[in-house]
Amino acid sequence: MQAIINILQAGVASGTVLLFATVGELFAERSGVLNLGVEGMMLIGAMSGYSVALATGNPWLGVLVAMLAAGLLSQIHAFIAITLQADQVVSGLALTFLGAGISLVLGEGLSKAGTVSLLPSASIPLLSQIPFLGSIFFKEQSYLVYIGYLFVPMAWYYINRTRPGMHLRAVGEYPAAADALGINVYRLRYLYVFIGGVLAGLAGATISLAVSPGWFSEMTTGGQGWIAVGLVIFAQWDPFRAAVGSYAFGALRRLILDIQGPTMLLGMRNPFYYNPYWGFFLQMLPYAFTIIVLVIGSREAVRKRLGAPAALGNPYIRGERGL
Amino acid sequence: MSETASSHPATRNRRFPFSLRLEPRMKEPPRWYPAAVSLGAIMVALVLGGILIAFAGGDPFRSYAHIAKASFGNLGVLSDTIVKATPILLTSLACSIAFRMKLWNIGAEGQFIMGAFGAGAIVLTPILPADTSPWIFIPVMMLAGILMGAIWGFFPGFLKARFNVNEIIGTLMMNYIAISWVNFFIFAVWTEGGFQMSPKFPENAWLPRLLDYAKTIPIFSGLTTHLGLLIGIVAAIVLWIVIYRSRWGYEIRLIGDNPRAAQYAGINITRNTVLVMMLSGALAGLGGMSEITGMVHRLQTTPLAAGYGFTGIIVAWLAKLNPLVAILVSILFGALLLAGREIQPSGVPKMIQGIILVCLIASDFLMRYRVRIVRAGEEA
Repeated sequence: MQAIINILQAGVASGTVLLFATVGELFAERSGVLNLGVEGMMLIGAMSGYSVALATGNPWLGVLVAMLAAGLLSQIHAFIAITLQADQVVSGLALTFLGAGISLVLGEGLSKAGTVSLLPSASIPLLSQIPFLGSIFFKEQSYLVYIGYLFVPMAWYYINRTRPGMHLRAVGEYPAAADALGINVYRLRYLYVFIGGVLAGLAGATISLAVSPGWFSEMTTGGQGWIAVGLVIFAQWDPFRAAVGSYAFGALRRLILDIQGPTMLLGMRNPFYYNPYWGFFLQMLPYAFTIIVLVIGSREAVRKRLGAPAALGNPYIRGERGL
Repeated sequence: MSETASSHPATRNRRFPFSLRLEPRMKEPPRWYPAAVSLGAIMVALVLGGILIAFAGGDPFRSYAHIAKASFGNLGVLSDTIVKATPILLTSLACSIAFRMKLWNIGAEGQFIMGAFGAGAIVLTPILPADTSPWIFIPVMMLAGILMGAIWGFFPGFLKARFNVNEIIGTLMMNYIAISWVNFFIFAVWTEGGFQMSPKFPENAWLPRLLDYAKTIPIFSGLTTHLGLLIGIVAAIVLWIVIYRSRWGYEIRLIGDNPRAAQYAGINITRNTVLVMMLSGALAGLGGMSEITGMVHRLQTTPLAAGYGFTGIIVAWLAKLNPLVAILVSILFGALLLAGREIQPSGVPKMIQGIILVCLIASDFLMRYRVRIVRAGEEA
């Protein structure tokens, strides 16, 4: 029982990474801009957060710089996709290459640079006493995990119940109408791409300063940015579903890491311990599940007639016919 | 011109005697124009890359001079450049055909690795005995590489066609799965003495190299350029004919440019999605086969999963999805990768690739708009 709690507890922390990245991408896509550069922005965030924390000794300063750096990087995509009206798929890919390349160059030697002071963690007084759930969600978690809990309902409320949130949806669904009502489509899209970048940077810093501390070049993120892009589709552009998906994937990630440790599993000899090569098949699981989750998400979208924001991926050109 | 459009530059003119005005292009630009724009984009990218190298504490001039010398300096390094360019050529062809249909196959990397796995399985299982004649060995390995690559392309293609699963994420996830799959076989089944690699292939399973003919043509001694180059060039020519001169190629281009028109014309988009993804995977798989039999000679993840699939995306884009242009561009990128091995910091080639792609996609803007410099007070 304790082992399961430990895995789920670590899974929530690990899922927080995906949560920030997924909700960030969700904001950008809700405004109509597809940004495939999440992986690159996360790498920039992880690298710059770690190196600033190393240089200054202050992890919170690291988080701040990580968010700003990734936010800045996202503006390259915003400029190409919004102002230059170029293909958003290729531009996002370019951003991933660019982010990975820059973080490799600037992060050279960082992996051997020594340890940094990590982000603090804490238990919530009463809530952590709740049996089972309390130990999973509220015991000895990083501050960022708690920020994640607050962030999801806030994001949902912002998108669905506030005026700026309504503008956000309008810009993503029907930019021409939003423009006619005096909403500045270009400015809002820049803003939400920036917010997406900031959150991807936060996700990166969550890895390198809290969940699995350190800088391991491209293995730091290991494709989590891409999983986040997939989760947005699974989430049907809804923050709560994004949270469910993120925590589930976080738990899966931990399970894969931890299941190979003990010699006994459920009273039997642990086959994963005695056949370490099975680990390679375990490693495939998050990626295979992403594909499965996408199949589920796409089918559901067809059934419920839900779907992507109508203008997703299309540049808005004032005065041109079409969406 | 509407009221707002003309008043805006006017307010700016008070401070600056010239202003920029963007006008949509109405006519086709001249033939030299796209190439000039791409070249300009690369120049800008190299300058930006140099600034970043300097920022990271390197010497940009020395880095670039090193790239030029270490990749084209003499016949030996030129041959090494071509060896590096061969896998890039095949993965860029894979991307070209898929992108032509606006199918974003980002999985050339995984398909490449699975192609190498398929070719390796022929030797390592072993399906053919080690003393088989190369005349049988090499065609069978080629088929195996093509088959495994096509299978790896089939899954995301089928999911896209049947369930509308986003192919970008599908193909990307398949990359990670491919690496784990090959790692399993390298560690658990075909390991050589517990190391992370298979035993070396017998020499009759190697693609012939120029140095094999050094006895009759002395200038070839030490040159490792292998038959994969020829395979790549033939594939490029065939693909060019398929895309520009065949009915199927016309269908693919039509779907890419205007899917609705293609549907009304009775073109089966579902079937073409699966077929193009399989062809794309097959080309990348052929690249993996060429790399493992021509260069690496054993199944090992590190030299195979070196990012050729991703470089192929950039090369395909730079070549404007034209297979013949891709031959030339892949040699340039082969040079970048070859010389990049020794440059510090080691991420530089990757970063420069990223900057080049960013500049290229940004420069597309100049294909659609013309920038005019308007003098203050001059009527447009």
